[in-house]
Amino acid sequence: MTEGKASPDTEPASARSMAWGPRLGWDRGALARRVTALPRPVKWALIGLVVVLLYALPLLEIPIVSTPDTDFGGVLFTVASYVLVALGLNIVLGYAGLLDLGYVGFYAIGAYTVAVLGSLQAQLSWWLLIPLAVVLTTISGILLGAPTLRVRGDYLAIVTLGFGEIIRLTALNTEWLGAAKGITGVPRPPSVELFEVPHLKWEGATAVVDLDDTTRFLFFGVADQTPYYWLTLTVIFLVLGADRMLRLSRIGRGWEATREDEDAAELMGVPTFKFKLLAFACGAFIGGLSGALFASRQGFINPESFLLLLSILFVAAVVVGGAGNRWGVILGAVVVAYLPERFRGFEEWRLLVFGLALLLLANFRPQGLIPPRRAKRAQAVDEQLEALEEGTARA
Amino acid sequence: MPSTSVSEQPVTRNGAALLSLDDVSIQFGGLKALDGVSFDVREGEILGLIGPNGAGKTTCFNVMTGVYQPTSGEVRFAGEPLGRRKRFAITRLGIARTFQNIRLFGNMTALENVLVGADAHHRTNVIDALVRSPRHRREEREGEETAREVMKFLGLERRADELARNLSYGEQRRLEIARAMATKPRLLCLDEPAAGFNPAEKAQLMDLIRRIRDVRGLTVLLIEHDMGLVMGVSDRVAVLEFGRKIAEGAPVDVRNDPAVIAAYLGTEADDAGEFDQEGDL
Repeated sequence: MTEGKASPDTEPASARSMAWGPRLGWDRGALARRVTALPRPVKWALIGLVVVLLYALPLLEIPIVSTPDTDFGGVLFTVASYVLVALGLNIVLGYAGLLDLGYVGFYAIGAYTVAVLGSLQAQLSWWLLIPLAVVLTTISGILLGAPTLRVRGDYLAIVTLGFGEIIRLTALNTEWLGAAKGITGVPRPPSVELFEVPHLKWEGATAVVDLDDTTRFLFFGVADQTPYYWLTLTVIFLVLGADRMLRLSRIGRGWEATREDEDAAELMGVPTFKFKLLAFACGAFIGGLSGALFASRQGFINPESFLLLLSILFVAAVVVGGAGNRWGVILGAVVVAYLPERFRGFEEWRLLVFGLALLLLANFRPQGLIPPRRAKRAQAVDEQLEALEEGTARA
Repeated sequence: MPSTSVSEQPVTRNGAALLSLDDVSIQFGGLKALDGVSFDVREGEILGLIGPNGAGKTTCFNVMTGVYQPTSGEVRFAGEPLGRRKRFAITRLGIARTFQNIRLFGNMTALENVLVGADAHHRTNVIDALVRSPRHRREEREGEETAREVMKFLGLERRADELARNLSYGEQRRLEIARAMATKPRLLCLDEPAAGFNPAEKAQLMDLIRRIRDVRGLTVLLIEHDMGLVMGVSDRVAVLEFGRKIAEGAPVDVRNDPAVIAAYLGTEADDAGEFDQEGDL
């Protein structure tokens, strides 16, 4: 490396703003920058609009987007669970750089806590079950991390892979945990039925309110799964807020430093082991929460619900979206969870298409669909430089 | 504490020992990397640590910063044995270092790199961060002040928002020093900071090392191959060869020490092939 900025990462800003062509995508900076540049009230209004739209999504029954073969509310719930899981795994994998291939283990512990203590062995209230599930999963995360986080890289991946399988096999072989036949009658969230919300019906380009098709507001039943989606969406917003707070603090910096160079971080005063354990605990917390929500929507769980494939899909969601960027992993989770549901008609082709998509992605966007912010501020500096250069060029 | 002074006069050249290695040995399998090495780094001085390649200089650094535990012997900092302290705890105690091969956090901005150093003394926990507690806000503010001030000292203030890996080579070297200084050390250990520098950059670095001691009041331990630089900037020099200390003293004395000359140029008994290309005494 020599003086000067000839490294491939410092392509001039002018080239970046024309990145439409070869980079298989859009100028990701442009949208973000335009949003940040908006005046504060407009920005908040825009955010509010997006939030309302997200909540209203299952009611709008938008053609093309909406799934014709399955209940759209249910699909949205699945997507939302993946998003939640991806946000949790992103802390472990994206921020702290720990490859966890057994994340489904935490998901399972959360689900099993709710199922076992809510139906099979005890009948605790749902309000008690959720915090209990989260606490138990977090503890299991710490118990798994304490001995294993001393190994790095591939070794950690193998150990966590084993953890995920051990959890599933334990459930499969323990009568007390329902064994192979699983657990039925998992408690649902308590319903507070207030009113009914009608869905829309589309006739061509016009939408009419369909009074026959309604969602009972906050009735957590079997058929209509929209309320579960709303619940999960709310949890996602809370997790997003917490994620942001941690990210912009000593803790987030410590995680990133550990990911970049663990030894250097330790020598700069970062207690890396403690921080890695913390990342594991946070990841487990969110994974367990997601699993608990999954179980209480499903009403029934068995070891088959927590196969290794699910762990792989979770990692895929994070990597496809862009590990380390919360918006990236959300997009990744949506892609991984939604597309197969939308195209259920092509079920036999799903894995083939999925594999093909991953190959393309690895080739064209190895950093993920939306790579980590990797210097939004650096970009601003680039722009300033560009402006200066243009100024001198004109003079 | 060292007094700070902007004068060119060295502050406390004959201060008490800040860091002492006492008969330190370290063995890797059959290899004795350090063999009964003892020397002091005195408060307020610039001590150069030199020796041919493989003499054990970096191993010395690693023992001081807790990367390796000595097989025997003891390292004391400000009179206190380091014992089995963790590496991050030693940093908090007041020893900071840079690396022979640059080891920055490449995908973080320059400012964030330095902030990680400043965080060494911070105590913000998860709850603090989640609720944005007064402690969190105070530490963030102080951390950024420290970081920006240190970066200004090293002439990096305009590069604060660049990714570390996008900085030039010289800037990366200085950013490593900035990150180490942000941990508020009493002893700054520089591991070959001039590697890959041209003469002009070396001269600037010499000036910088002096300012780190004179203006910031830090004690500096310097590993360096470039004899001109070491001899020009150090108050005292210690020489290692094959894990043993063979000389220690003022640059002039060390330069004329027959053992040192032999180590670098080979004795008559040795083959001329032993000549070390960087040992230009």
